Amino acid sequence: MSKPRASASLYLSVALVSAAALACEVLLTRLLAIVHWHHFAYLVISLALLGFGASGAFLSLAGSWCAARFRACWVANAAGFGFGAPLCFALAQALPFNALEVAWSARQWGWLALLFLCLALPFFACANCIALCFLRYRERIAAVYAADLAGAGLGAAGVIGWLYVSPPEAVLQGLAALGMAAAIPVGWGGGRALRGACAALGLAAAFLALAPPLVPLAPSQFKGLSQALEVDGARVSATRTSPLGVLSVVENERVPVRHAPGLSLASTSAIAPQVGVYTDAEHLRVITRFDGDLAPLRYLAESTSALPYHAVRPARVLVLGAGGGAGVLQALEAGAEEVHAVELDPEMVALVREDFADYAGDLYRHPRVRVHVAEAREHLRASSGRYDLIQVAALDSFGAAAAGLHASSERYLYTVEAVRAALERLRPGGALAFTRWVKVPPRDGVKLFATLIAALDERGVSDPGRHLAWIRGWSTATLMVRGEAWKAAEIDAIRSFARTRSFDLVHVPGVAREEANRFNRLDRPWFFEAAAALLGPDRERFFERYKFHVEPASDDRPHFSRFVKWAHLPELLRLQRQGGIGLLELGYPVLVATLGVSLLAGALLILAPLAFLRAPSPRAPDRAGVCAYFLCIGFAFLAIEIAFIQKAMLLLGAPVLAVAVVLSAFLVSAGVGSLAVQRSAAQGLPVRAVAVAIAGLSGLYLWGLPAFVEAVATLPLGPRAALVAVMIFPLGVLMGMPFPAGLRRLAAAAAPWTPWAWGINGCASVSGAVASTLLAVHFGFSAVVLLAAGAYLLAGALERVSFPRSG
Amino acid sequence: MRRLLLLVAAGILSATSGVRAAADGYEDARRGMLEAVRRLVADTRVETGRAALAPEVMRALEAVPRHEFVPSGLVARAYENRPLPIGHGQTISQPYIVALMTDLLEAGPDRVVLEVGTGSGYQAAVLAELGARVYSVEIIPPLAESAKRRLDRLGYRDVAVRLGDGYYGWPEHAPFDAIIVTAAAGHVPPPLVEQLAPGARMVIPVGPRFAVQHLLLIEKGHEEGEVFTRNILPVRFVPLTGDH
Repeated sequence: MSKPRASASLYLSVALVSAAALACEVLLTRLLAIVHWHHFAYLVISLALLGFGASGAFLSLAGSWCAARFRACWVANAAGFGFGAPLCFALAQALPFNALEVAWSARQWGWLALLFLCLALPFFACANCIALCFLRYRERIAAVYAADLAGAGLGAAGVIGWLYVSPPEAVLQGLAALGMAAAIPVGWGGGRALRGACAALGLAAAFLALAPPLVPLAPSQFKGLSQALEVDGARVSATRTSPLGVLSVVENERVPVRHAPGLSLASTSAIAPQVGVYTDAEHLRVITRFDGDLAPLRYLAESTSALPYHAVRPARVLVLGAGGGAGVLQALEAGAEEVHAVELDPEMVALVREDFADYAGDLYRHPRVRVHVAEAREHLRASSGRYDLIQVAALDSFGAAAAGLHASSERYLYTVEAVRAALERLRPGGALAFTRWVKVPPRDGVKLFATLIAALDERGVSDPGRHLAWIRGWSTATLMVRGEAWKAAEIDAIRSFARTRSFDLVHVPGVAREEANRFNRLDRPWFFEAAAALLGPDRERFFERYKFHVEPASDDRPHFSRFVKWAHLPELLRLQRQGGIGLLELGYPVLVATLGVSLLAGALLILAPLAFLRAPSPRAPDRAGVCAYFLCIGFAFLAIEIAFIQKAMLLLGAPVLAVAVVLSAFLVSAGVGSLAVQRSAAQGLPVRAVAVAIAGLSGLYLWGLPAFVEAVATLPLGPRAALVAVMIFPLGVLMGMPFPAGLRRLAAAAAPWTPWAWGINGCASVSGAVASTLLAVHFGFSAVVLLAAGAYLLAGALERVSFPRSG
Repeated sequence: MRRLLLLVAAGILSATSGVRAAADGYEDARRGMLEAVRRLVADTRVETGRAALAPEVMRALEAVPRHEFVPSGLVARAYENRPLPIGHGQTISQPYIVALMTDLLEAGPDRVVLEVGTGSGYQAAVLAELGARVYSVEIIPPLAESAKRRLDRLGYRDVAVRLGDGYYGWPEHAPFDAIIVTAAAGHVPPPLVEQLAPGARMVIPVGPRFAVQHLLLIEKGHEEGEVFTRNILPVRFVPLTGDH
């Protein structure tokens, strides 16, 4: 076979396909989060990426046949992606999968499996395109891979930017068009039939790009938005979209929205008229009608969250997670002089400030209100203001988990470090308050209480119990902490607030057992007992013995909403059979299930090709060695990437921004590294040296990160993001080298094996991403980085075993 | 064909005589369902504080033809001890949950019960079997319409179904001896608490569809403004602090 020459148009096509594939991954996660729930979005998309592994297995078998018809196969696969992405999504959406029913019906697991097979198809097609290039241009493998990475990097950043201007269903169509367009530069060089196909694809792409969305999103009938729209008289009166989520405003003149979480059972107040705002068809927040008269807002003083206004009488209030403004109105109603409202989603602020400005009484331009569009933790770090009350309205805030790639539920607002930072922002006598849904059996309230205690411990407070308060109603609980001990008058105020509203005390200094279970009775005063144990000498023993994982979250292990312990998996299974799984957080079991399935499927996809992979020469490399090498670097790349995304969230605030910056910085710089491999001598550069450098550099970053975060905290966002990208760059360049270096060696010794290695890399990436998230839950992100560094070192050591010098 | 005839016969019988546990070919299925409920009740006695439910409640459950309350495609699964979708994003609750809630309501002959969220009408039918007078409000028009027709057809004359906003209860028939709210938002509507008779009970399942997290039992005291709640877990749960 003559050596085909790779042209610039080929690299362009590769970059286009990769950009479309990565963008599609991000986008499908968003789309599924809207149609179903984000846990399942994560699961399905992780597994759909096994399409890459499947491509490896497929081309191990059919590689030479396909490579001989390179242009036609390329066009077919690019078209396959272009048509497949929207069609497969439409099909997936039409499947009668109901995430809420998985606990009840084995059939649902079948639908779920179909769902992910459906969505794996476009990724399979894309992966085929890239692997075909490896087979055909074996001398230019590293350059092809460089184009692949660079394209993916631009796709990651591009799709997030795109989601700011277009709704997700329109972006899907745009990506399909992009995939089709990628067929043209390669196909045009072929025969007449191929040119014809290219022309048709060009037309189809143009149509898709210009046409309005052909596949409308249809959220599950069990999501909050769908249910609200079933009610007589309901309509969606406004929609706003961004990568943070799709906001849908529901108005209903006949049956008004009435959202008053935690309202006292003793209340006789009417709820002021509201419109509902759903994020991704779930998570209700409201915009309240306001005309400057505070009298109709009386009900806001009758929820547990009003407690701090009675205990400390704050003048200057910071509301974190302001949403549609309920917490801000509560502060105004309580007589606060100055209210600072922090909200992550600019579209939410725009709804209140623009679309519903009249309705909301121009609340966000009220003379006593100032709005900041920022992530809460970031705002605490960057602003210099001090407050009498910092109010965390968790009921209103929208989970970061709904956004972005590989999202899980890191919440940097519920860590010991975050509580300490917030305490620093309080004026003398000021308090920090959290309000959360009450969950029975008790878990997140207990964990939050433990977190507050740990923060007080770190400040050197000798008797934390004197600085804490905790009350609960039947639906919400409010916890307060402050730097000073409570005074007798304040304790009296807390007691009387709770008693007059039928709330129970969980903790105030001097609380009696019989005050803890009066109005909202549990078979035992579980909350009181937990609080007492946490404040007593046996805290560690309590953590160990308590059914749920309630140890404080930290910045290194910020998974606040993980409560399940490993030991409970058998009980979980039993609960599932009883339909009781709803009692527990789904995130963790879903993560474990995803890992299990990806490992099984990965093993199958890696082992199956071995049946027909023949060694082309006696000097061919050792298969086990090759496999181990690519497994190591596939896992390690993803592990480091994910750890950096998580760390960057702390630095950049909004999760989507962290994903966009970190992902594109890593991928583009890795592309540069791959290009360097292409330029290097035939035997390639020593992977061992590269591995040592990666391990050293990532270790250095890990060690220096806290200081770095502190140093750049006050910089504006732009320069901060640029600094993160610059920091990642050298590491990314190094991490871009081992894969193409190994693949090039493999191509020289056993060319038909390259798709197999490509497949291993794909499977390792999928399992690696899930495994890193799980490992981080248990051991923290630092451990994940260390493990990844170890994997790189192992790959370096394997280099000589896996690829014996053939010269 | 024979089964069809039987069904028709049962329909006529139930419409005329009010004997609703008549032969409809589902007696075995219903007994199986009852057995499953009984087992689960025994299994969760620690969580719910009751080892068995009142015999009248079990009899009521045995009398209601649940298969009439599910969509035609799900008739075969009507007597499984699980919730089923009934369209419009709503569900017919798990028989065990229906039984437990009914028991908690202590609804008996001539008690006046308010139901907020009629859904399929199954819960209302079970309450009617106990002899209660049921006033049921449904907010979704097609569900209200079909539940009304279904309950009429099955001869449940003591159930009044109305399309409307349940937030304000049904003041014309207040006070109620029991109130059941089929889905809870973050608060209990104050008008409902007001329409509860002194000493009466309200039950609310809390949690998303298909996954009841706990049952909220609200008891109104005899003194002015006295309201108490209790949380009842509907599944067996390993104790919080194990002794291992």
